[in-house]
Amino acid sequence: MGKLIDENGIRLDGRRWDEIRPITIEIGVIKNADGSAYIEFGKNKIIAAVYGPREAHPKHLALPDKAIVRCRYHMAPFSTEERKSPQPSRREIEISLVLRRAMESAIFLEEYPRSIIDVFVEVLQSDGGSRCASITAVSAALADSGISMRDLVVGCAVGKIDGQIVLDLSDYEDKEGEGDMPVAYMPNLDKIVLLQFDGIFSEEEFKKAIDLAILGNKKVYEILKKALIEKYFSMVDEK
Amino acid sequence: MVLVRTKVLPGDLLHDSYQGQPPPHTYKLGNKLFSLKVGLVEIEGKEVKLIPLAGPYIPRVNDFVIGKIIDFDAFSWDVDINSIYTAHLPAQDVFGRDFSPQTHSLTSQFKVGDILAAKIVSYDRTKDPVLTVRDHGLGKIINGEPVKLSPSKIPRLIGKKGSMAKIIESKTKTKLIIGQNGIIIVQGPSEGIVLAAKAIRLIEEKAHVPSLTNMINDLLTKESG
Repeated sequence: MGKLIDENGIRLDGRRWDEIRPITIEIGVIKNADGSAYIEFGKNKIIAAVYGPREAHPKHLALPDKAIVRCRYHMAPFSTEERKSPQPSRREIEISLVLRRAMESAIFLEEYPRSIIDVFVEVLQSDGGSRCASITAVSAALADSGISMRDLVVGCAVGKIDGQIVLDLSDYEDKEGEGDMPVAYMPNLDKIVLLQFDGIFSEEEFKKAIDLAILGNKKVYEILKKALIEKYFSMVDEK
Repeated sequence: MVLVRTKVLPGDLLHDSYQGQPPPHTYKLGNKLFSLKVGLVEIEGKEVKLIPLAGPYIPRVNDFVIGKIIDFDAFSWDVDINSIYTAHLPAQDVFGRDFSPQTHSLTSQFKVGDILAAKIVSYDRTKDPVLTVRDHGLGKIINGEPVKLSPSKIPRLIGKKGSMAKIIESKTKTKLIIGQNGIIIVQGPSEGIVLAAKAIRLIEEKAHVPSLTNMINDLLTKESG
């Protein structure tokens, strides 16, 4: 066997091929935001905040028939092993864009014409799959803010290490492996809202990877659902 | 199908063959009805009602709101009504039809920072809300403390036929001016205001507990007695 999976099929951090890293989600962590969430996805520690919908400034940005989404994904200088320049890098600008596009397909933008929804994502500690973790956190924050959404969005990556398709790559597996494919998914509508891919998969492998990613996303969805229910309905059950 | 106050999250399926227009906070895809919000749903046969637990204030015509003057120009005031959109109060509404910017001074009536009670006369997706203060009980509010509550929880503060608001008012010896936009002005003695604010905070936290009225009653009896 290779260096990333041992002879018993166990990965470096002790997971099997179809297991995700431990996830904890906390809702409503920022008092002044309209909605917020904090996620720990493996070693990722990410805060997401949603402000709005609010009046668009500058006004020329506003659309007459729907809201616009502005998204900023940013990694704190201390979030990586080597200090990262706080200036937005190419990668951060790209992730801001893909997060925005993924969320735009979930948010019911038509309900808030002429307004803007601001989404801020701050990575406090980074690990592999931070864009998928961010998407999950943003979706939790949006649900917290009460903005109308077609469905919750969750994210989970798949990849290829030692020639095998595995779920949810860690940072090391991402760097040493042969491929990485982040997928964001709306579980109730069964729709993929983000799909990026880096590496080489055969057609067979790709099909297997998509199925595995959806399986992983459903696991993340269960955790997100539990977090939201705990935040909003724990008081209902007290009676 | 009968469901009483079931928890729903965005994207949850509410009904698989719903006829007609989707009710508020839901949407239709084919004949399937889905939730748009975190909330509680009540389904009885054809009737689907979703009570959201959070969300911004969307203006509605005839809503009673409490706002704050944030700016003015020659013909109108801009009013912050805790919503997505800034509301406008036309000067003609205050000075009458013979209003002229040469003879009337807008600041003689409302200054920036003034709090006022108003009613929404017009609003739709394409235009900002327009307010009026020409009705009984509307106009500048001079005293009292503003308290915020999520707009989706205002019906809970009012209660069935105003029962909850009445309990708070009588137990704390205050008067509540409740705006549909989530701003409440509490008027009365300062101890009463502190107590009423406490009760409102409890409603914010436990808005959808079925026995909330009793909880508020207990809290106020304990604190005031």
